[in-house]
Amino acid sequence: MLIKQANDILSSEITDQSVYEERRRFMTSSIGLAVAASLLPIQSSVAGYGGKPLTFNKNSQFDTSEDLTSYDKITNYNNFYEFGTDKYTPAKNAQALTTDPWSVQIEGEVEKPGLLHMEDILKQHAIEERIYRLRCVERWSMVIPWLGFPLAKLIKQVKPTSKAKYVQFETLHRPSEMNGQKRAVLDWPYIEGLRIDEAMNPLTILAVGLYGEVMPKQNGAPLRLVVPWKYGYKSIKSIVKIRFTDKEPVSSWTKVAPNEYGFYSNVNPDVDHPRWSQSKERRIGDFLKRDTLPFNGYAEQVASLYHGMDLKKYY
Amino acid sequence: MHRVIKPLIFLLCLLPLVLLSINFYLDELGANPFEVLTRSTGEWTLRFLLLTLAMTPLRQLTGSAWPLRMRRMLGLFSFFYVCVHLSTYLVLDHFFDWDEIIKDIIKRPYITFGMLAFTLLIPLAITSTNKMMKRLGRRWKSLHKLVYLIAILGVLHFLLLVKADLREPIIYALILLVLLAARLKPTLLKKHSFNPN
Ligand code: HEM
Repeated sequence: MLIKQANDILSSEITDQSVYEERRRFMTSSIGLAVAASLLPIQSSVAGYGGKPLTFNKNSQFDTSEDLTSYDKITNYNNFYEFGTDKYTPAKNAQALTTDPWSVQIEGEVEKPGLLHMEDILKQHAIEERIYRLRCVERWSMVIPWLGFPLAKLIKQVKPTSKAKYVQFETLHRPSEMNGQKRAVLDWPYIEGLRIDEAMNPLTILAVGLYGEVMPKQNGAPLRLVVPWKYGYKSIKSIVKIRFTDKEPVSSWTKVAPNEYGFYSNVNPDVDHPRWSQSKERRIGDFLKRDTLPFNGYAEQVASLYHGMDLKKYY
Repeated sequence: MHRVIKPLIFLLCLLPLVLLSINFYLDELGANPFEVLTRSTGEWTLRFLLLTLAMTPLRQLTGSAWPLRMRRMLGLFSFFYVCVHLSTYLVLDHFFDWDEIIKDIIKRPYITFGMLAFTLLIPLAITSTNKMMKRLGRRWKSLHKLVYLIAILGVLHFLLLVKADLREPIIYALILLVLLAARLKPTLLKKHSFNPN
């Protein structure tokens, strides 16, 4: 249904989910083919930023055998308060957003501050596909094939100084196109932050698309963060500013309720949200809930970041 | 006339559940249909509670007796919807994991308030028959005053469960406030009439 609303994309051009999955299965059906496939760049069927299709490779290192959530569900069930506080309106309201041209301001404790243009970002970084679980703080989850590149690559490029202990991200503030910003539900613009080592972790990516296509607007076009071991709201959307600082950023949800949304917000079944338990989650499409895994199942890659920390205190 | 209207209103009250069921069956409830089931039945519980409370003031405004004839049915529908609402919670949220459910009721204020409201509705539903009304006499009226507390608990339940956007629960709170205020006014007037001057 979204497909009809995205006026710049014809529905016939979007890769059908079944075709897409068939393609995935085919490519991973034998190791030989998988290797071949991972060497061959794939192109999105729809022109994206600056009229060019996205070209990407698959990164099977981060693959998961879990069933993908359908494109339809990923793009019609979005927490994106800039476009409304329920999860159904962003699919419609976000279509008003102008995402081209787009640039990202780099500032703070870096040797190379300045404006990064979206077309240069796309030119400078090889785009890869990674299939990640996404766990929302509201106890639902999805499996999403993102297109993106490691945030670490961009960070290395702008050369943070030794004072850069944290990275703060900011979403676009443009109430004329983001109708949800006309009400002060959150303190606009939306702010999120990571510790620099979290930002440099190979799992952390800046995403520019999903399902082999350019990022739909309601999912945070044209550039968003994806931090798969943290609750969804940490993965800030439609980023226009990245600031390197020596102080822990105060994120938007922490401002609303510091006792409910901490700075770290790592997925943790043993630390309840004050108003609900986090031990289980509903994978979108499932009838029964499943157990939530520590760090959303990415403990092996990220648990060491928090060595010696009391995760009940640093929630 | 009432023989036609009352069954019609009865069917109308069932319509939200019928539409919800049809759309659930047709997979038209969006990406997370189970969430929609819980939320929608919760909202209808509250709407029927407020509708029930609106009947007395409506009677005073219109002078007609029919709102009072609808009152019991609307109240019972509120109980009906809360039963469905609670069932979705027991099945979809916890799948009869009683340890978790009891922990939830004790630990989460919004569940505590919801559960309290549901529990208090049970005696009202049981004593809603004519026979019970006669048997309890004056005590029936005092007992059924609990509905005010139940409505307040229902609104608190809603206020406590939203993440940041309080607009909707506040609208319900304001409606409840008006309905409660409408009850204060007649007694104030009565007091005036007893006043010697
Ligand atoms: C008279 C009693 C009750 C009323 C009036 C009521 C009303 C509501 C309302 C208005 C909502 C919000 C719907 C929305 O978000 O649009 C809601 C949600 C909910 N209620 Fe109730 N409710 C009652 C009893 C209960 C009981 C007994 C339980 C369970 C023990 C319960 C559990 C829930 C849950 C789990 C949600 C959903 C929360 C979420 O989506 O995060 N409610 N209820």
